[in-house]
Amino acid sequence: MSDQKVLMGNHALSWGAVTSRVQVISAYPITPQTQVVELLSEMCSDGTLDAEFIKVESEHSAMAACIGASAAGARTFTATSAQGLALMHEMLHWAVGGRLPVVMGNINRSMAPPWTIWTEQTDSLAQRDTGWLQIYVSSNQEVYDSTLIAYKIAENQKVSLPVMIILDAFFLSHTSENVTMIEQSKADAYLPKYNPKYKLDPKEPHTFGGLTTPDWYYELRYNIQRGMDESYQVIKDAHAEFKSMFGREYGMVEEYKCEDADVILVGMATAASTGKESIDVLRSKGVKAGLLRIRFFRPFPFEDVRRVLKNAKQVLVLDRNLCPGMGGIVYQEVKSAMYNEKNKAPMYGFIMGLGGRDITVESIVNLFDYAKKNDPQDIIWMEVKK
Amino acid sequence: MKKDGKKIIFENASDLPPMAMSLGSTEYNETGSWRNERPIVDSAKCTGCGICWKFCPDMSIKEDANGKASVDYVFCKGCGICAVECPVKAITMKEEDK
Repeated sequence: MSDQKVLMGNHALSWGAVTSRVQVISAYPITPQTQVVELLSEMCSDGTLDAEFIKVESEHSAMAACIGASAAGARTFTATSAQGLALMHEMLHWAVGGRLPVVMGNINRSMAPPWTIWTEQTDSLAQRDTGWLQIYVSSNQEVYDSTLIAYKIAENQKVSLPVMIILDAFFLSHTSENVTMIEQSKADAYLPKYNPKYKLDPKEPHTFGGLTTPDWYYELRYNIQRGMDESYQVIKDAHAEFKSMFGREYGMVEEYKCEDADVILVGMATAASTGKESIDVLRSKGVKAGLLRIRFFRPFPFEDVRRVLKNAKQVLVLDRNLCPGMGGIVYQEVKSAMYNEKNKAPMYGFIMGLGGRDITVESIVNLFDYAKKNDPQDIIWMEVKK
Repeated sequence: MKKDGKKIIFENASDLPPMAMSLGSTEYNETGSWRNERPIVDSAKCTGCGICWKFCPDMSIKEDANGKASVDYVFCKGCGICAVECPVKAITMKEEDK
């Protein structure tokens, strides 16, 4: 029998880091920090986990410490949320430019003010242009598994980029679910010790991220994009090996009843798993509905999105985020991915569940009713109180 | 890869160091001319504790033959942190001649 634990999302992430044998963890231990590093700090202090815990004075410094540790060749982890992630912004670029495989958990919380701790994806989506890979998960098992997968991808030298694992506040972070744990020896076989080709070493001094003139900056950026390009195959291989070793299957996206669907809903994270129930309700009423959950937002799953949406008659995108003045961020990207396609369906951009408001089975069913009766629009607000 | 003085010339993109490591620019990009004030070390007062070396953001403090601090004026930008941090006030800042 495999080892089972009942874990909340936060602790599933902590255990993911433990099973991945992280060597350095750095964090700022005050709100918006979560139980993710709280548990890890306890394990470091009682000796359960053989890792260095670096307590710092801000999230900016937490990421800086991770960057230093990763550059020195350590497997490095941190976690944050909302304002904390925003404060890290500058350092997120440093991790990418340094090509460092830092893995970070981000609990999706709405941005303040007004002060709030409930879920919304705007915090992490605002970091989409930094060059981090982004995985949006929808169950605690997926949180745990994705941690190992994230290191596997990040540390592959073809990629050499940091990865963010992103989970909804409360709907996952504080919800307990059954999680199948991976035996340490098997985890070690899947994820061997991090052994970078290049690292900072006092015996062989190097500068790191020093001044780069226009002569070569362009090529260094090109190399980052190439890392992203290469990552598609690396992700595929990491998922395939994971499936063969542990039985659970993941992809860049998750499809639910899309094969014959006329109307396809696109979403991310837990709202998309609620969406599956809505699809069942709609199917029972004779609506040919399907659901596409985007798991990897970076790199963007162009191929999967184009393949799944090509035969749809209508595409509905559910965004639990807002780019004021433009609309839903996932909507913008799905729409632009389809622009050069021959077969593209009319697209609807729905803004839902901001600030952690519930997205219910019924409210998702309502989106399909709306699309049946109305022309496509870029920004549709469904549940604004009058 | 070849050198033009201190500057490293990469002939091909494939020669580029990964992680933007050791591009050579910290060697050839001499920043001393930015300086408005120059730190002067009083060797008689300097105890060789190394605090200025630790604080210098540009690695411009060197150790002289007697184990005392000396300044690399080719790179020192004259920020004055060393003078502030010196526990025995052995470093003073003097305005550069215009």
